[in-house]
Amino acid sequence: MSASATKPLYVATSSAIAARMLGGEMMVMSLRDSTFFTLNEVATVIWRSADGSTALSDIVRHSVCGEFDVDFETAQRDAEELVNRLAEHGILTVSDQPIQQPPTHL
Amino acid sequence: MSLVEQMNAKALELGVPISVQFDLTYRCNERCIHCYLDHDDHGELTTGEILDVLDQLADAGVFFLTFSGGEVMLRRDLFEILTHARSHLFNVKVKTNGVMINEECARRLAGIGIQDVQISVYSHRAEVHDAITKLPGSFARTRKGIACLAAQGIKVTLANILMRENISDYDGVHALAQELGAHYTVDPTITPMMDGNRSVLQYRISGTDLQQVFRDSKLVGNVEEFCAPPEAIAGDDVLDGYPCSAGHTACYISPYGDVFPCVQFPLPSGNVRRQRFLDIWRHSPELQEVRGIRARDLSTCSGCSHVGSCTRCPGLAYLEGDMRGPSTADCEKSFRRTGMPSAGMLRSNIGRASSTPLVQIQLPSV
Repeated sequence: MSASATKPLYVATSSAIAARMLGGEMMVMSLRDSTFFTLNEVATVIWRSADGSTALSDIVRHSVCGEFDVDFETAQRDAEELVNRLAEHGILTVSDQPIQQPPTHL
Repeated sequence: MSLVEQMNAKALELGVPISVQFDLTYRCNERCIHCYLDHDDHGELTTGEILDVLDQLADAGVFFLTFSGGEVMLRRDLFEILTHARSHLFNVKVKTNGVMINEECARRLAGIGIQDVQISVYSHRAEVHDAITKLPGSFARTRKGIACLAAQGIKVTLANILMRENISDYDGVHALAQELGAHYTVDPTITPMMDGNRSVLQYRISGTDLQQVFRDSKLVGNVEEFCAPPEAIAGDDVLDGYPCSAGHTACYISPYGDVFPCVQFPLPSGNVRRQRFLDIWRHSPELQEVRGIRARDLSTCSGCSHVGSCTRCPGLAYLEGDMRGPSTADCEKSFRRTGMPSAGMLRSNIGRASSTPLVQIQLPSV
């Protein structure tokens, strides 16, 4: 059973990043360790929806499954793996509680 | 290819200005002997104008944004500008002399996500540094500023411009950087003033000193590789290449809103007070002309053996009168690095020779 089945996860974009869309891909740099990521289309949707107050499962259900041909269980598993990996580099913050974050214009 | 290189390649392909230097003021609290700027305020962009330009730069796809001057800390609205820039998630770098940075300032910079600050340091000896900046006590204040930034975990780079006045001190500045936990970069380039005045070029280091710098493994890494002579014949991939990123993926905005291909390339290409940034970037005839230049179009350099490895700056060439011509300073660098004269040097030598009277050998009459 995945963590999301028992406890909702909330994700927020970190303030210690730089990011820009370039040719349909989101380029993200961690200002903490200067690691650089290119997010694909699905990862970009999750990243842009990471407002700290919407549960990851809701992002997956409405934004990912609504736009891409993928079943919820698979998408949720992949999304959890993605957000945990990005959290390791300070790109995202993951919590089981809603997260307050400063507004950005992206 | 690294992800950053891929990003630059993609920006080039898409015509995106991925990197912009934005000078917020030319005013300065130092009077460095080699500086190329006029420090009077001739009508800087207002806070509102700058914030609007930042919105436009984000829409245009800019990722790397460098704020410089003059001394940026003299802008009272600097933190408002930086905060707005960070809200757009630019990768922001600040260039400063560090004189006005204290603990509170460093804490605020770190708090808004400024993680990269470059500070000009000319010597590890206060008397040498202060003689260049003409601001007594500047070395001590700059050093304190660096320590404050480092204490906040901000990446600090000491930028060491080499001149005749400080050529013997770069080892000391390098050691100072290590002591303060900072990075170090060295640059032997002194550029003419933006109005074309070339008097500051007197501070350029000698050719012999330049040769020595290029053979210092602490600075260049593998000397043999760095100083290797160029390939004899440049291939089409080199000749079809473009000289540098100026006008292709990068540009410069002055405190008065003027847009140039680069801070070292003062070719007026538009003004953000009169036009939208993206209109200038896409449609300026000047930027389009710069973009159209390939290495094979360079009048002298296309036939030079250094064409594939030269650091030729089109801006310096422009300041010498022809953006397609050679840059004397870069010819000198290529020569001092490899020992092989550039086509530009050979041409100017021929020019000098032809202006002197020819020696005529007269055969005795028979």
